[in-house]
Amino acid sequence: MQIQPILAALRRHRLASILIAMEIALACAVLCNACFLIVNRVQQTRVISGVDENALAAIKLTGYDPARGVDLNARVLSGLAKLPGVQSVSAINQVPFGDHAGTAGITTDPEGKRFGGVVDFYVGGRGSFEALGVRVVAGRLPQPADYQPVDFFVPDDSAVWVTHALAEHLWPGADPLGKEFWTGRFHFRVAGVLAHLARPYGGEGGPNTIEWSVYVPAQPGARLAAVYLLRADPAQLPRVLRDARAAMATIAPDAVLDSKASQTIGNLRENYFRQDRVMAGILVGVIAALLLVTALGIVGLASFWVQQRRRQIGVRRALGATRADILHYFQTENFLIVTGGIALGMLLAYALNLMLMQHYELPRLPLSYLPVGALALWGLGQLAVLGPALRAAAVPPVVATRSV
Amino acid sequence: MFGYYLDLALHSLKRNKVLTALMVLALALGIGATITTLTVLRLLSGDPLPQKSAQLFYPQVDPYPENRPFSRSGTKLPWLMSYVDAMNLLRAGKAQRQTAVALAQVKVKPRTTEGKPFYADGVMTTADFFPMFDAPFQYGAGWSAADDDRRVQVAVISGFLNDKLYGGANSVGRMIRVEDRDFRIIGVLKSWAPQPRFYALHLGSRNYGKGEGVFMPLQAARADGIGPSMMMSYGSGSSMEHLETSPAIWLGVWLELPDASAVSAYRLFLADYARQQVALGRFQKSRTALSGLMAWLRGEHVVPDDARLQAGLAFGFLLICVVNTVGLLLAKCLRRSREIGVRRALGAGRGAIFAQFMVEAAIVGVAGGVLGLVFAELGLWGIRHQPAQYASLAHLDLAMFLFTFVVALAASLVAGLLPAWRACAVAPAPQLKAL
Repeated sequence: MQIQPILAALRRHRLASILIAMEIALACAVLCNACFLIVNRVQQTRVISGVDENALAAIKLTGYDPARGVDLNARVLSGLAKLPGVQSVSAINQVPFGDHAGTAGITTDPEGKRFGGVVDFYVGGRGSFEALGVRVVAGRLPQPADYQPVDFFVPDDSAVWVTHALAEHLWPGADPLGKEFWTGRFHFRVAGVLAHLARPYGGEGGPNTIEWSVYVPAQPGARLAAVYLLRADPAQLPRVLRDARAAMATIAPDAVLDSKASQTIGNLRENYFRQDRVMAGILVGVIAALLLVTALGIVGLASFWVQQRRRQIGVRRALGATRADILHYFQTENFLIVTGGIALGMLLAYALNLMLMQHYELPRLPLSYLPVGALALWGLGQLAVLGPALRAAAVPPVVATRSV
Repeated sequence: MFGYYLDLALHSLKRNKVLTALMVLALALGIGATITTLTVLRLLSGDPLPQKSAQLFYPQVDPYPENRPFSRSGTKLPWLMSYVDAMNLLRAGKAQRQTAVALAQVKVKPRTTEGKPFYADGVMTTADFFPMFDAPFQYGAGWSAADDDRRVQVAVISGFLNDKLYGGANSVGRMIRVEDRDFRIIGVLKSWAPQPRFYALHLGSRNYGKGEGVFMPLQAARADGIGPSMMMSYGSGSSMEHLETSPAIWLGVWLELPDASAVSAYRLFLADYARQQVALGRFQKSRTALSGLMAWLRGEHVVPDDARLQAGLAFGFLLICVVNTVGLLLAKCLRRSREIGVRRALGAGRGAIFAQFMVEAAIVGVAGGVLGLVFAELGLWGIRHQPAQYASLAHLDLAMFLFTFVVALAASLVAGLLPAWRACAVAPAPQLKAL
């Protein structure tokens, strides 16, 4: 296929060719950045919580008399344990994807000078560690003696389990077992390392902080009450949760069930990421509409060109060009225009990314998106031009002899 | 002449139905997306109290110690005020009106009916809140400054709570149980929910959506142990029980300042106040700020990033649709070179040809606008089913309805310029020769 005559012909349709190239360039810029945004959103929703999400549910009560917290714990823990299907029930201050209740800054020295970051404390009563199903990668499991009473927030001096991610942040490269840290007057000593445990509200300090969690064993009491972790067989969990919620009216008539927070962890996760999923869906819709409009534009202009050149096509056919030659002519023409558009589009994509980076917390567009976007647009162009090109190839040579 | 152009344009559009449909559809998609996102953006960045916002101001002072600044960069002033500072400003009474606001989640139970208690959003505030923010009353009225000082257990409830508890009847004088204490209802508001909920900013609640159910005098509610939804501590020894004396910020203060001279006078007063507090040793920094309502909302980036991103995307999409329309209109008009040649030969000037093609573009624009309106309604319906705080508020109003056609016409006329210019540049002679 000779490119020379095609270029010569394009020069005669400069304006229309430039318009298609511009449309492709704009589409390329938006496409690359929209795809990048989608991937970012989807990655955010892929947080590993580190707990057995499909076997766990939370029950949260509010509005009870704080002075009767101990009594409430006793009633709820024994009441829920009696429900059929409940494998374990334990007190905990917060659950992944639920409301956060134990966020605090820590320091790695008792004077409070060396700031270690803001972390989340999971304060759990007996059984909660096993129920969560967190995986210990170093150190020991909590012993009964580790569960101490809480006066305020956490026990004064406790053995704790930190996530691998937090340990690497606080003591990079060192063995975290036995290391200490503080928050105010509270002292902690690391007794074990967890593979994963996500914070209730994700990483507010950035994506790297999502797993900055600490598990603190504690005894349920006035300061650790009203949130309970239910564990059941995944198949039975929805029913167990329904029963548990209904049972609250008789077990704790003095308290108000927080129905938004009393869900399976799976549901909490789903609600937590709903906004991100909707946004990703909108972006997918924008991309689809964008590609559709671009393809329609190509179809429209290509059809026009085919109709305009019917006579020339007839002449070429009469002079010995095959149908395939005509088909390839229009395909090559489209390829050349789209290539021009993509070249400009890559620059635009980068510029748009720089603009987005200024306004939103977004990393730089990885270069790998550009060839993918280019391939998609080349494919789209070829697909759009196929119809008009086939119609051109079907023009019979006899057209050349008519009305010249 | 316009009628004739209209006729010609309709004729030409009808001749190539597929191409016309493609143009209208593409333009409509772009317009629909733009109008949908702009409606949301306008709703989110709107003025909550158009008649009053120019007179409402938000003061800020900085009680945080030097070695522990409020923000990591150290440049941001604390969002809220401590009780001591808020009360000092309120008692000074230097503004025409002034109020302090905190939000609270409160357990509510009607006194008369046997019903389960439920949670409602509550506001703890002072007497000036209602007149300052033009809150309209259905029954009764707000409380007085004297009621504030005497810690009278009274409450104003919202229209929707009154409907829920008392079936919309006049409930003034009845008792309502809030956090197991009795409050006497003295006023019922009409439906009142300024958007964004400017006074709720940084107080631990949503920035958009339905308003609160119960309004109580600040001191009386605190005396009953009701705690604010948001509290930030800037020193040791803060406790929920003794918030009034704790080093903690938890109140938003609003001022009504009628004119520019009052604003500059208050600025001076606020600066003096901060310096005085530094001299007393309460503050270490004498920085202050006094922002107008709209400036405060803008400065705090109330509009969610996602909404702005969606609007940006929609504009990009509209741009592509316009380029697309330019291409298709161009194809249409070049195809009619001969027709143009004949018209020119028969005496039509360049201006007439230009006008004819612009009318054709405008028709595409109007059709695109009508279809775009349908897409916008569909889009807004979709937004209303989104899990966003502002979802239920997304409706097309008259201004946006008209704006749709402005956008559609502008887009189509811009798209029509190039093809029309090309059309009127066609030289008649070669076209006639080819006939």
